[in-house]
Formats: sequence, C-alpha cells, structure tokens
Amino acid sequence: MNKIVSTKALKRRYRKEKIFKGAAVFALLLAASFLVFFFSNMIGKGMSAFSQAEILVDVHYNEASVKSYRKAVDKPYRKIVSRGWLRTLPLYMEDNPEVMRTTRQEWVLATADVDQYLKGYTNRLKDKHKQQIDKLQEEGRVKLAFNTGFFTRGDSKMAELAGIKSAVIGSILVLLVTLAIALPIGVMTAIYLEEFAPDNRITQLVEVNINNLAAIPSILFGLLGLAIFINFFGVPRSSALVGGLTLALMTLPVIIITTRAALRAVPSSIREAAYGLGASRWQAVFHHVLPLAFPGILTGTIIGLAQAMGETAPLLVIGMMAYIPDAPTSFTDAATVLPAQIFTWAGESIRAYEERTAAAILVLVTILLSMNAFAIWLRKRFETRW
Amino acid sequence: MKKQVILISALASLSFFAGNAAQAENVHIVGSSTVYPFASYVAEELGATTRFKTPIIESTGSGGGMKLFCAGHDSNTPDITNASRRMKPSEFKLCAKNGVRNITEVVIGFDGIAIAQSKTNKPINLTRKHILLAVAAEVPNKAGTKLIPNPYKYWNEIDASLPHRPIIFYGPPTSSGTRDAFHDLVMKALTKKMDIYTKLYKADPVKNKKYKKYKTIRTDGIYVPSGENDNLIVQKLTKDKNAFGIFGYSFLEENSGRVSAATVEGVAPEPKAISSGKYPISRSLFFYIKNDHLKRVKGMQEYINMFVDEDMIGEDGNLTEIGLIALPESQRDEVRHNVKAHKKLTAKDLKH
Repeated sequence: MNKIVSTKALKRRYRKEKIFKGAAVFALLLAASFLVFFFSNMIGKGMSAFSQAEILVDVHYNEASVKSYRKAVDKPYRKIVSRGWLRTLPLYMEDNPEVMRTTRQEWVLATADVDQYLKGYTNRLKDKHKQQIDKLQEEGRVKLAFNTGFFTRGDSKMAELAGIKSAVIGSILVLLVTLAIALPIGVMTAIYLEEFAPDNRITQLVEVNINNLAAIPSILFGLLGLAIFINFFGVPRSSALVGGLTLALMTLPVIIITTRAALRAVPSSIREAAYGLGASRWQAVFHHVLPLAFPGILTGTIIGLAQAMGETAPLLVIGMMAYIPDAPTSFTDAATVLPAQIFTWAGESIRAYEERTAAAILVLVTILLSMNAFAIWLRKRFETRW
Repeated sequence: MKKQVILISALASLSFFAGNAAQAENVHIVGSSTVYPFASYVAEELGATTRFKTPIIESTGSGGGMKLFCAGHDSNTPDITNASRRMKPSEFKLCAKNGVRNITEVVIGFDGIAIAQSKTNKPINLTRKHILLAVAAEVPNKAGTKLIPNPYKYWNEIDASLPHRPIIFYGPPTSSGTRDAFHDLVMKALTKKMDIYTKLYKADPVKNKKYKKYKTIRTDGIYVPSGENDNLIVQKLTKDKNAFGIFGYSFLEENSGRVSAATVEGVAPEPKAISSGKYPISRSLFFYIKNDHLKRVKGMQEYINMFVDEDMIGEDGNLTEIGLIALPESQRDEVRHNVKAHKKLTAKDLKH
C-alpha cells in the first residue's frame, strides 16, 4: 500500500518537473524567436539600403552649369538625377578649375524614387520616367552600386543623400567624453567605498543612493544635464560635450557597482599578504588588488558605455535630437548620435527612409554586439579564478 | 596590467585635449515641427551650395521654440524660431523681458489640410461643425444640454442633408504636425466658442482643463490613425469608398488622379483659396529672426535670404514641391522687403 502511494507521489513530482522544464524551454524558444524575427525583419528591410541607384550620364562642366546647376546634365535626365548631387557641382568646379569646359561620362547618384523603383518598392516615379529607367537599364546605364554615401555623408532631407557619418562621429565623441569622465570618477569612488571608507551611516547612505541611481529613468539625467551643464555652466547646447557629461552621470552608477563587485571578488588573502610584507594600504590596492580586478572593471565599463550608446531619452532634452547633417569636428560642435538619427528617420514619411532606418539599426546593433563581445573576450582572457 | 591603465588614461587625456577647440558658429534654429521639413530643406541647401556650415534645426514645437528663443540673447540661445502660428503677445512680452527686443517676423507660406475621398464618390460639402461632430470623442446631445460619448455612425445622423454613408476617417496619428493643425483649425477653433464645452471648463478649471479648447478624438474605430505616411492614407481611400482621409494639401495635389477633396463650407482647397484665407482649414507658417545675432552668426543672413528667395517660397519653388503653399506674389515681395529692412516686430503687430 505504502509503496503505491510513494510511486504516485514520485510520478507527480516527475510530471511537475517535466511541465516546468517544458515551460522553461518554451520561454527560451519564444525569446529566441522574437530575436530571430527582429533580426530577419531588420536585415530584410535594411540590406537594400547598402546599395544605391546610379545612372551613367554626360556631365557638362562649364559656365552655364555654374550659374544653374541643373544644366550640368541633359534635360531628359534632370528629373532622375539627384538634385542634391547636382547642387554641389558649382562649388566642385570652383575647387577644381581643371574640369571646366569638359564633358565627362560619369556614374552619378539617382533620385530616391529611381532607387526605390529599381529595388521594386513603392515610389512616386511617373510612368514616363519608369519607361526611361527601363530603357537605360537595358543599355546598362543604370546600376545598383554599393552605397558608400551611407557611411560618408550626414543626414539629408533627400533620402538618396542621407547617411550616418555625422551620427557615428557624434556617437564616438560623446562616448569618449563619457568614458573620460565616468571611468576615473567611477573607479575612484568604488575604490574609496570598498577599500578605504569606514562602515558608518554616511557611507551606507551613499551606497544606497548609488544603487538607486542605477535604477532611475534616464530622461531624468537629461533634465539634470539641462539644468546643471547647459543652464548653470553654460556648456553649448546640442554639443557632444554636454551629451557625454549627461551620459557620464547615467553611466557612473553602473561603473561604481561593477567595480565594487570586481574589487570584492579579489580574495582578502591577497591584501593580507601585501600587508604582511609591509605594504601600505595604498600600495596594496594599487599594486595588487586593482590589477587583479581590472578585467572585471573593464567589462563593467564597456557594458555601461554600450548602454550609454543606445540611449536617446536624455539627449532629447539637451537638444541632440536635431537636424545636424555636418559631422562635428570638436567636442563643442553640435552633434547627434546614432539612436537619435534612427529616431529622426523613423518619423520621415518618404518610403526610402524606411530601409535606411533599418540599415542604421543594423549598424548600431552590430557595434553594440561587438562591444559586448569584446567585454566577454576581455573577461575570458584575463579573468583569474580563485 | 599596467598597459591597460596607460591605455585608458591616454584615451582620457586625448579626449580632453581635443575638447579645447573653439566653439563653432552654426546658425541654431528651433521651433515648429510643421515648418521643420521646410527649414531643414533650406538649411541643407545652404550647407551644400555655400561654404557656410549647415544650420542646426531642432524640432521643439512652436511653443517650445518660442520659450527657448525668448530666453535671452547670448550665443547659447537660438537665432531663429519656426512657428506654425503667430507669436503670442505673452511670448513677445517674455522676449522683451529677457532683452530680446529686435525681432523680425517672416511669413513663409501656408499649410492647408484636405478632407479627401475616393474620386469615384459624388462631390460632398462639409462644414467644420460636421467634421467636429464626426470625430470628437464627446459631442453635445440632440437637445444640446450635455455632452455624451459620440453616437454618430452615419453622416445623415449628424445632418439630414448629408448622405446615409458610414463615417470613417483615416487620419494622422498624434505625433504628427498635421494632426496638430487639425486639432487647432477644426476642433479647437470651434469648441473654444461652444458654451457646452467651455462651461465645463469654467466650472472646474483644473479637472476639466481639456474642455477649455476640446480636441479629443474618438477612439472607437471610426477615426483610424494611419501612420505618418500620407501615401498609405491615399491607398486606403481608393479601397474604402466610404472613408475620408485627412492629410496635407500637397498630397492631394500629387494624387489628384485617385482622390478628390470635399469642399469645406463651400470652398475647395486650392492654392488661391488657401492663400487668401477663404479655405477654413489652413494656416500661415512663420519664422522669427533674432536680429541681434545677425552680425555674430556666420551664414544667418544668407540662410534667411535663401529661405525667402523665389527659388524656395515662390510658386514653383522647391518648398512647394514638399508641401508648402506659396504666398500671393505681393506678399512675397513684402516679406523680402521686411527681411531686407530688418523690420522690427512690435506688440501692436501681434494684436490683430
């Protein structure tokens, strides 16, 4: 009798385990399928943005085209060649006088509508221009070439010209400022709290506050940045400097917390051995504990920076979500960042921006993934197991 | 391990070193999201065709732009603010209080909203009141004594002279400038004068703030927010013959083969009617210049000149291609004259 009861209970327990395991696997599959869906969607939409329509036409470099740049190409092509490219010609001729009074056959940028037509998307091309493109295609005078402009140009109101250069450079400058501010301050704070600070009410209060700061909605850091850096210190609005400072505020708690965890992971036997040999506290920390904790600190820093890189909300408040097509050349120039660029493009009504939005997302995700992979590699490479 | 420390400190010092470069002189523009596409178009043209830096444009909304613009006249405040309405006297006062006294007002053109339907339908005439009653979340009951959730499903329930046709709207979502214009020109313009709404506001200004200028759109599926892509709305209209679409005038123009506009209070949305103000759902677009900055900021005067040039705001200008409706010719000349003379805006100008 007893035996039967126990097998029943056993079966029930096994069944429970099976259900639980099934649910867990299901959750994993669901998460993975979301990820696969996201990536296939983004890649499917974004890959086409890496190629761009070009047309082979005769370009006339002469006085008439300096005066009116439309005249640089023959009339039938004026509606299908990008006006954004044509308008740069007068300045180009001024800089390169040797091209004057020549006519050259060149591959030039086509309008976004031609591009979309060639890729088979909806477009606003008129029928006669569609026929013209079809004919040019038969003659081999239209092609989809690799879109270098996407990486070498800034934002534009003409979809065929829009690129991510200014946003990428802006992101790099912002991250440099964030790193330069957040890393030393964060690591120093963590070292003080972990190695030097006495355990009293004040340090406990500081600790609780740091942990809370890590959980604060990021937009509040933007408001703080606006009030302190722009309104009080007069840092230029929309600049990479103010963006970096604001994101540094946001990254600080992450760096402090991970650095403290890394310091704590160094066994106290290391410190005691150092003290035993007559090292001062300073020597023990800087000669022994800190080098051993470094891989952990770097991992935390990189993850903090990756988080800062994907941030948009605080930047909205300090004026970085703007139309800034020129790449910044210094930290005080106006700059925008990749996620802000993605946001701006996502709101454009023209169809050609959709693929560019997806392509910019792919670039951003690639950078973030490689940053995280680098962090993992660092940890694996330098981690010491005790 | 030491190498890593050196690397990090080198990176840090590098970034500080580069940070010492002098502040660059970009024109800084803020303001309306409706004017933003036009302003950024001109800005880009300036950056591409001249040696000046491309102006920076932040889309902050008309009100937000005014607030930043009027905050002072040091180099950290905007040089120009765009607006889809006139500057309010209160904003002018704020500017004056902060020392911004030398402002020039520029009208660039008009923005009109079309209420369109599939071309296969019979022409229809609507009034703003009809449209309000069709899309508002709460409307007066038949007796006009209190507000009730919008019961109307067919046009002839609103007005017996209208056809028995289901009400359905494809319109812009809340994020859109067109939606704001629709709120302002159709809904708020009427509801702020309708006692049944304002009476509720007066009874409890805090709790019933939304009834001061009521603009809530019904969410029971009759008004379908259709993305920022107006092309999509046009496509939907060709499929759904009962539906009306709400979009900017320029799209009507481009798709005149497939959709036609309803006349509003007897007037069709045509450039003439819009620029003369006869068509009721239209508004002027502006920008305001901080004249004190003209000498200090390189390219600012050139940007303004380029903007008011016939190539941009003229009848065949580039901006009309992306949806602006040109001012009448005499007004365009006046605008250019004002810009040239740096005509100072006074409180009196804003009264009427």
